[in-house]
Amino acid sequence: MNKDTDIVFVRDQDAPLLPPPLMEQGLLGWFNQNILSTVNDFSSPGAAFRSVIMAVATLAILYYSVAVIWALVDFTVIEAVWSDPDGLKRTICTTEVAGGLRHDGWHGACWPLVAAKIKFLTYGAYPSEELWRVNIAGLLLIVGLVSLMFDRMPYRMLIGVLMLTVYPVLAFILLRGLGEGIGLPVVDTRDWGGVMVTLVVALTGIIASLPLGIILALGRQSEKPVIRMLSTLFIEFWRGIPLITVLFMASVALPLFLPKGVTIDNLLRALIGVTLFASAYMAEVIRGGLQAIDKGQYEAGKALGLSYWKTMRLIILPQALTYVIPGIVNTFIGLFKDTTLVAIIGLFDLLGAAQSAINDAAWSSPVQAITLYLFVAGFYFVCCLGMSRYSMRLERKLAKKDR
Amino acid sequence: MAKAKKTSTMQVSDELVISMKGVNKWFGNFHVLRDINLNVFKGERIIICGPSGSGKSTLIRCLNALEHHQDGDINILGVTLDNNVRNVEVIRRDVGMVFQQFNLFPHLSILENCILAPIWVKKMPRAEAVDLAMSLLERVKIPEQASKFPGQLSGGQQQRVAIARALCMNPEVMLFDEPTSALDPEMIKEVLDVMVELAESGMTMICVTHEMGFARKVANRVIFMDEGQIVEQNEPEAFFNSPKSDRTKLFLSQVLSH
Repeated sequence: MNKDTDIVFVRDQDAPLLPPPLMEQGLLGWFNQNILSTVNDFSSPGAAFRSVIMAVATLAILYYSVAVIWALVDFTVIEAVWSDPDGLKRTICTTEVAGGLRHDGWHGACWPLVAAKIKFLTYGAYPSEELWRVNIAGLLLIVGLVSLMFDRMPYRMLIGVLMLTVYPVLAFILLRGLGEGIGLPVVDTRDWGGVMVTLVVALTGIIASLPLGIILALGRQSEKPVIRMLSTLFIEFWRGIPLITVLFMASVALPLFLPKGVTIDNLLRALIGVTLFASAYMAEVIRGGLQAIDKGQYEAGKALGLSYWKTMRLIILPQALTYVIPGIVNTFIGLFKDTTLVAIIGLFDLLGAAQSAINDAAWSSPVQAITLYLFVAGFYFVCCLGMSRYSMRLERKLAKKDR
Repeated sequence: MAKAKKTSTMQVSDELVISMKGVNKWFGNFHVLRDINLNVFKGERIIICGPSGSGKSTLIRCLNALEHHQDGDINILGVTLDNNVRNVEVIRRDVGMVFQQFNLFPHLSILENCILAPIWVKKMPRAEAVDLAMSLLERVKIPEQASKFPGQLSGGQQQRVAIARALCMNPEVMLFDEPTSALDPEMIKEVLDVMVELAESGMTMICVTHEMGFARKVANRVIFMDEGQIVEQNEPEAFFNSPKSDRTKLFLSQVLSH
């Protein structure tokens, strides 16, 4: 070897362009990199020990995952009862020993129970002849929300504004009614229940807490000490009390402060409590986003002559809210599930309706409770997963802009 | 670098646009601006240089109220800078600023960055604002980037957009706060060329910079600041060839040696 040949080099022929080796690409590649590589290192006693542990852990995880998934599929699909054509109710879902039709040792979901209770789980005790009103309100909601998801939707802005202003009023008139005169008899909120109540509480809380949260977050950052102090007090107060206590206080304590004879509807109390509670959380999430904005952005806005509110609206908030979409959706998902707490003040949300259905003696069986809870859990899971997926889609769409 | 043609448009008029009298500023207990007296006439190109911490950036940031001066008077285009929010907003409309870190709005396209202020502050119709923005983007030589986003542009291009954005408000005075300090060396020239062209067109400019070559070519006055004070000011040739103060001499020897 010559000193000169090691230093001087000129390429005369291009190295061939090759595909990656078989063990490095595709499914095999994934398996090789993530699983095989953790278990085949025996170069030293320490490495060998690690490899064995990883192999055992991998196999254990695999075994238990399959076991759990199998148990779930077995219960909800394979062993489940799907129909009750003769109206036998509990007998079709209990074993022979307990007086039913199923063989001993049977353990599966009782879907006819859910089918029988579905109306109650959705509408609560809402009178049957007025259900059309709830259905229309629900349909309008779905149509409105879905149409807002399409970027190219014409009049998207208008739809958004209408959904936020006109729809709530319309929904209120439809759901609660104004009176016999216009064919919409009043249905007291005591009779509302199930998914209807869950959606009303969750959506009101979610939609109302966002603008309130923005204002509180801006207030907490304000240069004016009074505003900052009031915002901080509000946020810390509502964050310091559990939601269940907030609802309880709203239900029990609020009437004490009102003049005699004046009552606020129970559902309205819940809505107010949930909104104020959620807006405090939302404020802190948004404040995190505001802090992530470079000071130069504020200065550039000022230097161009933009007022405080215009700078916030056009420059700061669009960026801040984009940063904290994960945090906002997280809060929404939490709020959606927290609506189950309204049971404490006597409102029948989905969980409350399910619990009432569990006590129905006509369907009494060992799988009665499990079936209904699984159904409720499934409903919440689907909704929360939907929100989660949508937020990821939103993040991806907005991230395309800044490379 | 393009040599600035010292045409008749680079003449300075008698019209006073900025007047600073006995301006003092403190950051807490730290006396950052000491007894600043400065008069700026229409058409002047003033370069402010000095070691870091001398208060040069603070001085120009006081001129558009990004910093608040605790003592003294600042009068810009006939309006006194005080706590009155109205006055501040009026001044900011006529004083443009270009930042070291560009500060473009990353969530808006280049065009949207430029038309934002004219539409929302001057209530200009959108079509007119777009025409204005495109003509200014052509002036800074990047009209083809109009629909891109700041993150897709190089530093030099971003700074030129920042200049165009400030010019969209048709300011009377342009402030530059170390506009090329955050740029890679090969991009400094393109930004300085734009600034030279701006100077030739008669814009009143105050520029904080370390680019002494640029100062020599374009400035009609160079100001040296140290420890919050204006130590020396002079015409560029006299300033660079025969500095009078020892501190100026020391600074120039450090800056011009490499």
